[in-house]
Amino acid sequence: MKYLDEYRDPVLARAILDEIHRITTRPWTLMEVCGGQTHTIVKQGIDEALPQGVRMIHGPGCPVCVTPLEQVDKALAIAARPDVIFTSYGDMLRVPGTSTDLLALKARGADVRIVYSPLDALKIAVDNPDREVVFFAVGFETTAPANAMAVAEAARRDIDNFSVLVSHVLVPPAMTALLDSPTNQVQGFLAAGHVCAVMGWTEYEPIASTYHVPIVVTGFEPLDLLEGILMAIRQLEEGRAEVENQYARAVKREGTPLAQRQIMEVFEIGDRTWRGVGPIPDSGYRLRAEYARFDAEQRFDVGTIHTLEHPACIAGAILTGAKVPLDCTAYGTLCTPQKPLGAPMVSSEGTCAAFYSAARGLDARKVSLR
Amino acid sequence: MCLGIPGKVIEVRDDAALLMGKVDFGGVRKEVCLAYTPEVRLGDYVIVHVGFAISRVDEEEALKTLEILEQMGGLVTTELATMGPGMDRPAALSDDGSPATFGSASAPAGAATSAAGGPS
Amino acid sequence: MNADGPQPTTTIDPMSLSCPVPIPEGARVILGHGSGGQLSGALMREVIAPCLAAASPGGPLNDAAVVDVAGTRLAFTTDSFVVSPLQFPGGDIGELAVNGTVNDLAMMGAQPLAISLAFVIEEGLPLTELARITSSAARAAAAAGTQIVTGDTKVVGRGAADRLFVNTAGIGVVPDGVTLAADAARPGDVVIVSGPIGLHGVAIMSVREGLEFEVEIASDTQPLNALVAAMLAVEPGLRVLRDPTRGGLSSALNEIADASGVGMALDETTIPIPEPVRAACEMLGLDPFHVANEGKLVAVVPAASADAVVAAMRAVPQGEGAARIGEVVAEHPGMVTVRTIVGSERIVDMLVGEQLPRIC
Repeated sequence: MKYLDEYRDPVLARAILDEIHRITTRPWTLMEVCGGQTHTIVKQGIDEALPQGVRMIHGPGCPVCVTPLEQVDKALAIAARPDVIFTSYGDMLRVPGTSTDLLALKARGADVRIVYSPLDALKIAVDNPDREVVFFAVGFETTAPANAMAVAEAARRDIDNFSVLVSHVLVPPAMTALLDSPTNQVQGFLAAGHVCAVMGWTEYEPIASTYHVPIVVTGFEPLDLLEGILMAIRQLEEGRAEVENQYARAVKREGTPLAQRQIMEVFEIGDRTWRGVGPIPDSGYRLRAEYARFDAEQRFDVGTIHTLEHPACIAGAILTGAKVPLDCTAYGTLCTPQKPLGAPMVSSEGTCAAFYSAARGLDARKVSLR
Repeated sequence: MCLGIPGKVIEVRDDAALLMGKVDFGGVRKEVCLAYTPEVRLGDYVIVHVGFAISRVDEEEALKTLEILEQMGGLVTTELATMGPGMDRPAALSDDGSPATFGSASAPAGAATSAAGGPS
Repeated sequence: MNADGPQPTTTIDPMSLSCPVPIPEGARVILGHGSGGQLSGALMREVIAPCLAAASPGGPLNDAAVVDVAGTRLAFTTDSFVVSPLQFPGGDIGELAVNGTVNDLAMMGAQPLAISLAFVIEEGLPLTELARITSSAARAAAAAGTQIVTGDTKVVGRGAADRLFVNTAGIGVVPDGVTLAADAARPGDVVIVSGPIGLHGVAIMSVREGLEFEVEIASDTQPLNALVAAMLAVEPGLRVLRDPTRGGLSSALNEIADASGVGMALDETTIPIPEPVRAACEMLGLDPFHVANEGKLVAVVPAASADAVVAAMRAVPQGEGAARIGEVVAEHPGMVTVRTIVGSERIVDMLVGEQLPRIC
């Protein structure tokens, strides 16, 4: 596949790894923000191939991981209603709420449907005028233009039986919250390539200069990740702290202006709680007042939601890199991918799930596939 | 995040005020909303995420990136060719000061592993 | 880590999960239990096998049972088919059902002797469709050199069956000297796949509601008994044959590794995945190793005859594209690993529940 395969060449991968080894003289701690990047890093074993002192911390970059428990519980409450067709991206179906998940609800008879695009959800609304169709609008900035368009189209075409449950999160506030934390260990970032394809990278320039951290906008293929890591380490070795763009084939400094315009027409910035991290001010999107009629939270009275996170979960410390899964008393025992307690074990891209999958810290010989 | 993959625009049409199109991903075709990239022409590549084109792939930049990477690849193979047998990759950091090797054993560097794309 | 706590009993490869792992819903069966992955295994182990206990001989789970009938070993298998849509690029449920049973017999080395065909039909199914599917089944049986000798037909009310459910059962004779079984793999053996993977699952997805896209991909459903005969002719001592249907290549290989108490090491660059399958999987965030196949087999063969077996496979139309994809190792018993492009090894784990597309 063009523009994908070229960035998977094993010979070039070795070449970049060699260069990373050549220029690294001190230990460094980097964070890749995006779940898709974590995916590639763990899948290809890139973090294991880096020089000994270079540590990759897997950031809170999967919206599935960080969707607040409260929003998940609201989704479940709405999906359980007989008059509702609840539509969602596939990832969200297995996220555990306080007592159940969407997939289990589906097994009990709720009309829960997976959609590939928010426009598909809109089509379901048009095709089912006598039902209420709710779309679980989660994601980072990458997904916001699509979710915004669904709402804008619903307004334009007067599709009244459509509403969205919004749970958008933004990357820059999460980065600054991490950098402000007294236990932060991250010295350089690989910024999320597709978030920046939409938003550009101007928001990251003040972060780089204020906190003196290199930020490299990075893609998702193995060579992209390796080159991004190389560029970040080069900056650190040279004492620089700039925003650089590794993913030049898809990202421009100004991003995609039309997408940004659509986002700001439909959404406004608001406070958001990140599961496993806590509330971060101005770190999410919510619907603007003009679109309030499409807000599922207002359309459906979901009652009072009492959320309950497990007390043993140290997700916050994991996400800042202050602790590793091996430091957690619940890791591998109470908390496993089958029965996750917190965000980093919930998603396949979370740090704890990634560690567990590589049988790190577990006696591999004792781990059978049953 | 995340799952955005590049595909080739093979059809563009105005669908009741929404710019829609068909994009080809290595033989798979899908309807994609092009409203955010109205400047694309047939044959252009776009990055598609959840059914929307979120940016246009810049062919020139793509080639530049590959060139830099290939140069790196070229430099390394030249270097290794001048080393004798039994010499490993250039050593780097290790906590006890000894030369570090990384990852698990793999094919000797310089062995022409086939380019990604795999057998079809 | 608490040493007294319950020991973890599974490994998960995050990349073979499309998303977070399910909490199995307390007391109910969920769709994931039918996916051919870990949940299916759990259902078998924790509910079905214990309940069958005294009435069942136990032993490793193979594609077909081998029953001794007065000195002749008879392979006996049954399968139900619930695919939707009934018609898909490359075939229909009738053909799928017959080929599925022929293949389960073939995985034990048996040529099909006789097949049964049972329908559970939802009220409202057009008769023309029923006729077409039945004819497909008949054609598939003839193509495999066997006959449909018995069957059953039931009709249920609207909503009680997803248009049509099909069950097939089959018997065949296992030739003398052939001892194919899931626990027969040994370190040093070679792992072979009979051709490109991922076609059936992607063909189904291409028509299924909500995930439609135009793809020139057809299901690979076909009978494999002729292929198996060709392989056994060259190497009667084949160790294991398995058809990677639900759960894909990774399920089949993991089950073999687990049953045999061995590890497997695969080379990703040698695993044949057609470009459109890769593209479709990229788009949806699916792992081709988890996608169902219907006309493929994986074989574990002694190293000495591996090349001869591959050549024999390629000489037969059903084995076009056969390739060596890895080997059986003594390390990491029960675990299948694959080499990555940077030289690390990652674990290829089984699907847990349903395969879901992802945005992350």
